[in-house]
Amino acid sequence: MAIMALPAFLQGSTELSVTGPKVVTSFRIFGLTINLTETVLLEWIVMAVIIGLSIFLTRGLKVKAVSKRQVIAEMAVEAITNLVSDTMGKRWLAFTPYIATVFCFSIFGSLISLLGFRAVTSDFSVLLTWALMTFILITATKIRFGGVGGYLKGFAEPIPVMLPINILSEIATPTAMALRHFGNIAGGSIIMGLIYFGLTGLSHMLHLQVPVLTIGIPAVLSLYFDLFSDFMQAFIFIMLTMVFISNAGPADDEATSAA
Amino acid sequence: MDMGEAIILAGSAIGAGLAMIAGIGPGIGEGYAVGKACEAIARQPEASGAVTRTMFVGCAVAESTGIYGLIIALLLIFLKPFT
Repeated sequence: MAIMALPAFLQGSTELSVTGPKVVTSFRIFGLTINLTETVLLEWIVMAVIIGLSIFLTRGLKVKAVSKRQVIAEMAVEAITNLVSDTMGKRWLAFTPYIATVFCFSIFGSLISLLGFRAVTSDFSVLLTWALMTFILITATKIRFGGVGGYLKGFAEPIPVMLPINILSEIATPTAMALRHFGNIAGGSIIMGLIYFGLTGLSHMLHLQVPVLTIGIPAVLSLYFDLFSDFMQAFIFIMLTMVFISNAGPADDEATSAA
Repeated sequence: MDMGEAIILAGSAIGAGLAMIAGIGPGIGEGYAVGKACEAIARQPEASGAVTRTMFVGCAVAESTGIYGLIIALLLIFLKPFT
């Protein structure tokens, strides 16, 4: 058994286990047990990175003779502002900070898996939280433009028989948004785990002590399952957020023609 | 492992495989959408940005049924809810 003599990190993935996020510690408040999971800790790291990056990029802003930092910050802000005004219309620009925050959090939260951590977005509760925030914004927008009466009346349109279907589609909106993002990221990480596991087994079958096959080959697939899929899902999440919120308001010619 | 558990495991594995048949629908649908987007861009190259964006959102919505299948399959394989 020469394999056993190697240090653990050289053996590759010799076992496959799919579990939820690990519970780091748990404490009790008012009789409720609150679990501090891996996801929460990683979220704090992601938040710190985003806040630090924002402070770093926006330090010492000038009108003339701008620094490289400021150019990057301006490009990012301009890109997200253009996206929001193209998709939602100029009158919804107040939503830009929310959209940008969700996009950054999703990107950084997914890409943290490249450093060997568990992706924040492969925990369903995180995505459900974001989807519920969007759901609250949609409902608030509907109430703002139609009043509480108009919001409740919207469930019985076009005919009162549609009431159960309308309620169901209202619930389906955040559920589908959360499940789509979660399914893509979690499914991708499980497929990557299976690939590493399979290639390790294959190299052991070929009597290679160090799983050489896991070098390089998974990187090609990781390009799709980690990088592309992370960017795509973050983009789709904010696109759907913008479309749903702007659809909640009254139809506007200027706003709809821009989209 | 007794007989009952073995039957449940076998059923879960077969069920997971059957759940992934859900991948056919989104595959066909997304292929169709991308094909139409290519046609649209060929006809009107200046609108490629808007077309691509709309196509991706449409693909994402079409994909959700496949994702539901994937989640059911993952539940059946890894969480084994019936054992």
